[in-house]
Amino acid sequence: MNRVDRKTFLIRATHGLGGIALATLLQPHARAVPPSRETRGLHFPPKAKRILWLTQSGAPSQLDLFDPKPALSPLFNQDLPPSVRGEQRLTGMTAGQKRFPIAPSLFRFSPHGQCGMSLSELLPHTAKWADELCLIRSMHTEAINHDPAMTLLQTGHQIGGRPSFGAWVSYGLGSENDNLPTFVALVSTPSGNVNSQPLHERMWGAGFLPARHQGVRFTPTKDPVLYLNNPPGISRTLRRHQLDDLAKLNALTLSEYHDPETRNRIDQFEMAFRMQAAVPELADLSNEPARTFDAYGPESRKPGTYAANCLMARRLAERGVRFIQLYHRGWDQHGNLPRDIRSQCYDTDQPTAALLAELKERGLLEDTLVIWGGEFGRTTYSQGTLTQDNYGRDHHPRCFSIWMAGAGIQKGHVHGETDDFSYNIVRDPVHIHDLNATALHLLGIEHTRLTHRFQGRDYRLTDVHGEIVKGVLA
Amino acid sequence: MNRLLSLLGSLLLTNALHAAELSYNQDIRPILSDNCFYCHGFDPKNRKADLRLDTFEGATANGAIVPGHLSKSEAWNRILSDDPEEVMPPPKSHKKLTSAQKDVLRRWIEGGAKYEPHWAFVPIRRAVPPSVSLADWPMNPIDPFVLARLEREGIAPSPAASKETLLRRVTLDLTGLPPTLRELDAFLSDSSPNAYEAAVDRLLASPHYGEHMALPWLDAARYADTNGYQVDRDREMWPWRDWVIQAFNQNQPFDQFTIEQLAGDLLPNPTLSQRIATGFNRNHMINEEGGIIPEEFLAEYAADRVETTAAVWLGQTFNCCRCHDHKYDPFTQRDFYSLKAFFHNVPEQGAGNRAAKPNASAPPVLKLPVPELDSKKSTLESDLAQLQASRQQILSQPSPGFSSWIQNLRSETVPWERLHFQTVENHGLPTELAEGAVKTGIQVGDDFWSFSAITAPTHGPITAIRLVGEPDGEDATFRIHRFDVTAIHGETQTPLKLRPAEFETSLPIKVIQPLLKTGNRAPHPLRLKSGKRESLVFRLDTPLEAKDLATKLRITVGTRANTGWVRWHVEATSQDPAQLVSTSIFTLAKKPEENRTIHEQKLLKDAYEATLPELRGIDEKILATTQQIEELDLQYPASMVMEEMASPRDTFILVRGAYDKPGEKVFPATPAILPPMPAQFPKNRLGLAEWLVSPEHPLTARVTVNRLWQQFFGSGLVKTSEDFGAQGEAPSHPELLDWLASEFIRTGWDVKQMVRLIVTSATYRQTSHIPTAIGSKDPENRLLARGPRFRLTAETLRDQALALSGLLVPRIGGPPVRPYHPEGIYETLAPTSADTVKRYIQDHGEALYRRTLYTYWKRSIPHPAMLAFGTPFRETCTLQRPRSNTPLQALNLMNDVTYLEASRFLAQRMMTEGGSTVDERLKYGFRMVLSRHPSPTQLAILRAAFDRNLASYKRDPAGASALLANGDRPSDPTLDRQDLAALTTLASTLLCMDETLSKN
Repeated sequence: MNRVDRKTFLIRATHGLGGIALATLLQPHARAVPPSRETRGLHFPPKAKRILWLTQSGAPSQLDLFDPKPALSPLFNQDLPPSVRGEQRLTGMTAGQKRFPIAPSLFRFSPHGQCGMSLSELLPHTAKWADELCLIRSMHTEAINHDPAMTLLQTGHQIGGRPSFGAWVSYGLGSENDNLPTFVALVSTPSGNVNSQPLHERMWGAGFLPARHQGVRFTPTKDPVLYLNNPPGISRTLRRHQLDDLAKLNALTLSEYHDPETRNRIDQFEMAFRMQAAVPELADLSNEPARTFDAYGPESRKPGTYAANCLMARRLAERGVRFIQLYHRGWDQHGNLPRDIRSQCYDTDQPTAALLAELKERGLLEDTLVIWGGEFGRTTYSQGTLTQDNYGRDHHPRCFSIWMAGAGIQKGHVHGETDDFSYNIVRDPVHIHDLNATALHLLGIEHTRLTHRFQGRDYRLTDVHGEIVKGVLA
Repeated sequence: MNRLLSLLGSLLLTNALHAAELSYNQDIRPILSDNCFYCHGFDPKNRKADLRLDTFEGATANGAIVPGHLSKSEAWNRILSDDPEEVMPPPKSHKKLTSAQKDVLRRWIEGGAKYEPHWAFVPIRRAVPPSVSLADWPMNPIDPFVLARLEREGIAPSPAASKETLLRRVTLDLTGLPPTLRELDAFLSDSSPNAYEAAVDRLLASPHYGEHMALPWLDAARYADTNGYQVDRDREMWPWRDWVIQAFNQNQPFDQFTIEQLAGDLLPNPTLSQRIATGFNRNHMINEEGGIIPEEFLAEYAADRVETTAAVWLGQTFNCCRCHDHKYDPFTQRDFYSLKAFFHNVPEQGAGNRAAKPNASAPPVLKLPVPELDSKKSTLESDLAQLQASRQQILSQPSPGFSSWIQNLRSETVPWERLHFQTVENHGLPTELAEGAVKTGIQVGDDFWSFSAITAPTHGPITAIRLVGEPDGEDATFRIHRFDVTAIHGETQTPLKLRPAEFETSLPIKVIQPLLKTGNRAPHPLRLKSGKRESLVFRLDTPLEAKDLATKLRITVGTRANTGWVRWHVEATSQDPAQLVSTSIFTLAKKPEENRTIHEQKLLKDAYEATLPELRGIDEKILATTQQIEELDLQYPASMVMEEMASPRDTFILVRGAYDKPGEKVFPATPAILPPMPAQFPKNRLGLAEWLVSPEHPLTARVTVNRLWQQFFGSGLVKTSEDFGAQGEAPSHPELLDWLASEFIRTGWDVKQMVRLIVTSATYRQTSHIPTAIGSKDPENRLLARGPRFRLTAETLRDQALALSGLLVPRIGGPPVRPYHPEGIYETLAPTSADTVKRYIQDHGEALYRRTLYTYWKRSIPHPAMLAFGTPFRETCTLQRPRSNTPLQALNLMNDVTYLEASRFLAQRMMTEGGSTVDERLKYGFRMVLSRHPSPTQLAILRAAFDRNLASYKRDPAGASALLANGDRPSDPTLDRQDLAALTTLASTLLCMDETLSKN
């Protein structure tokens, strides 16, 4: 691309942002741009180069995993005091309940690591990493139903239509790898027979940003990326020839019309060809040693499980994919929580710990921000009948827990605190916007300045909110 | 970058380059709006230092701006300040004025700081087309406006595109399909001066015009085939989509088009079609998730209508004033809720009804007449009448049995005996066995769960069985959809024939009956109150005799989406079938006849009739026929429509937009800043619609012609076609925009005429080659010194390939179709439990080849090939699609079976229609695809490729066969396989060319 073309391309192909989206703007020619170039325009020196978001869809119970409330045990089956409940609106599923009986967690908590972080017996593997984690017990949100809550978690707004976090990062930072998408999403289905909430394609959508920023979903099928493989009867050689033909024909068009979009299209077909080689290499786990699979646990040998996706996430991180988002469904435990949460932890605990271990081993934890969590919390009172060994929990937006690890994060630290019932936050509340502002900060981006003009307004991931949570930063 | 760009844009597009007089609208407002209005604008709550800069009065009242006196203007001093505490805009805002912007402001203040009302809100002014030097260039009144601007910039327009290019451009633009070779040849051989106009008229008359014009409207109207949100179940709205196609094809004037969609139901004696049209404002999403709060979503639906209507007709971003007064534009929160009052009176439910069929789940719904179904229905209805008559006849016979039946009703009640469950098996439902009962619990999800329990009765005969449920603790709701009993005798399993009984039961027979049908998908909620029992009773057609009692019974209960815990058990009775009546009947029977009221006598008679074996047959037939009629009713296509409630809901300003924080009550009213609604207009949706299309309205015509312009030129004269407010971009050609708007109104809102005007202009007919010199100066072609060139939409790309291959089935309208789709997507993303589509079931046959506009649109999982090309999700109103190029598009075009099959059939046409030599075939294919002949260089590239690929397939005949096996429809078996395979790869190359993917 000559000078004039590139300039034209910049103007035509983007509704960019001040200064920092250079790498994205130049994405088709990212090869020509040294990596240091990306960081030159950032607002802060970045701690993290990439984000690995382990999204637990359906809302895991903070009371049974992260937020110990031993004082609740004697209150078994007593009513949650109305003064605690306050004016919190309830879902239609429990709004009709006559009683709100306190359901103390069945699971034991104990201190872990040097830091003594208290974690549930459901997370024996994650607990070994307590000294690497920063646990936030004071997350909160407004939404009380899954779809709006997940949409808020993903896009900073309850109603669909805005770009997801990964799309913003792709837009702001561009790619580190010329052969793979910038933003990859992986969805797993739980092994247990549990209720799995749906996920909308827009969860990793680009909203009003150009489509190239949308997350690309990797699947465990023969086409890990949609339409990736050449069809039967078209060999890779034949495809290479075809693309050469196409490039020649398109070059003629370019010389006739001088349209920079034609140049862009030639580049996109070439990137598609490179992806055809890079993605299968990425998805091919046959060279991973047996001990790796052992570390991730038995499910990791089954394609498409959370464990297999964790292993894939490490491979993606190694290859410089900027934003990797896993989704594990099945945490919506309105009833039979003790049974179902065990099954969910079986799916996720060991693989998550193995992923942390592998990142650490390879030095990737230094510049990767790992986030683990769901869209809201669960109630301290039981939904439906409470027995000594069974209970359910409804949706609870007022407090929940997530943890972060890796780049720029304070290790072995607990941030925020909830009341004796894990119903209200008593110290250091962190809204999803604050979390997002902090994550962007770690990437070197000032969240108020990563904006995109749409319908006359400068939109951003954090809407008009968001404060950096200094307490979680190293 | 964005601000930089808009500055580049405004420098380029305004008079600034010419140092002519500054215009507030063109030059000043964009700077002030973007940098100052957020704190010094229209919203008083957000206003800082009590200073507003959006009006002359506000700006000059306290010397912020002193017209003509730069140094006395405090605002200017603050702009220049280098004190971070003083400087404006403040550093915290991340806004910064460039020196060029400062210069413009300086000149403006020096020149007297003249304000103008916002250009979009002032009346439309019809200017006389300006005079131009290149006097023979203009072909219609559009052109002088464009040319005058170009001449001011010193740029010459581009030459006209070749006839070939032009015909392909206009055919794709008007029908979304490429021209056929026959159409091309006819056009090329027509040397009359009006050949092009004639072609345009032919295209405007094509039924495919309406299909293509409908597409942007469907985006705007957020049309989809599912309800969205979490459950995202199917809905039926396609009759509305077909209405849109017809309206465009019949060239319905835009004012009528508006009125019918916003308020067709309120017209005097509305026709069916006018009522279907109102579906426009029912296209929003509907939430069927369990546990939602209905009021929250009622507020959401009405807000969606306000925002969509304001965006589509007013070009305004009303979503901003849902929570507070607009920061940039003169719209208040009161305006928002006053508009909402028009849209808040639909007799609808906030929460969707998941139990209902997709075509009846969200009333008000309009059922459409279908003659075929009508005749079936009337047959069934007459059957029913006959059955009832025969029943009556049987009953009119003297019935000596009645009095002896009464005599025999000796017992006090039906004796029930509890059957203990021995084992239970659950199918997804948490269950446990406790004291011979099954305890089962909460299953919030939406799947069809069940449990089966085994019991071994010890007494016989069994003449009836009842299922008894009681909540285990709290109240519970158990949504039951299935009940069956199977007798297990050794290896033999026999389902028992059951009939719902009318006694000692909690639900009417009509409701219980469907539970016995296999595959029933409509659960019925049983609300179980704490401490109370509910029961369902079933008679056995043939009593289970004592001798059969080595038999075990397997009892299965199916359910979905429960709340609370329920304890279930079953009971059996040996009561003589004639004495299976309720306790109240036993009591009545004891009462002497003379003491019974007429009503009581009738109750007895009904109970007697229910036991009569001779009525059993006929009653079953009556029930079956009634059900058939109900099922038939559900087969009628339906479309959601707008209606008004008899007494309207109250509407309140919602504090910060929160549905549960009502503030002041408001009434239907149009936004205060716009010309008022005439007093004689009704204060309802009809009045609102008439107001929108009244000739004095400053926005509707401007906004609409601008979107039409955008459709053909890729960008509107106002680039921000969704925002005609202060933050939007000023028009590149303000006089042209106004002229077009006034022309639109003058011609009676004639859409085809407006489209014709645009595509027959010299401006549209220019070649789209980018002259390198201009290219860098005007990359977005805002000056219109060349014709439009951009990538075709997702829909047009696929339709083009189908048309070129000859596979296209051009039938118009009807229910959505499900063409090829990659596997596994629904399985991964759809809920595991909700009653929604969990698998994409691909169609076969003609449905694979319909136009893309008919492809099933699931909001949570739109077709991936469409998403790759940047289609919206259709969750909310979309007025512009972003255009972007991605590798996923390349992968789709190269590898999707849709394009492979189209390539195969394009190749087949090249072989069968193109001639006998390879070159002839290649030339033919090239010309079909691009409406022009290949250059020798292009042909040489294609030829070499063909020879190479043919050689490859000759070496690998299996590869050729594999390639030809892509897609459902088999190729012509008489054609040489290797030739066809090689040509298929060439057809694929042709379909992937940049020129093919673009409108040129």
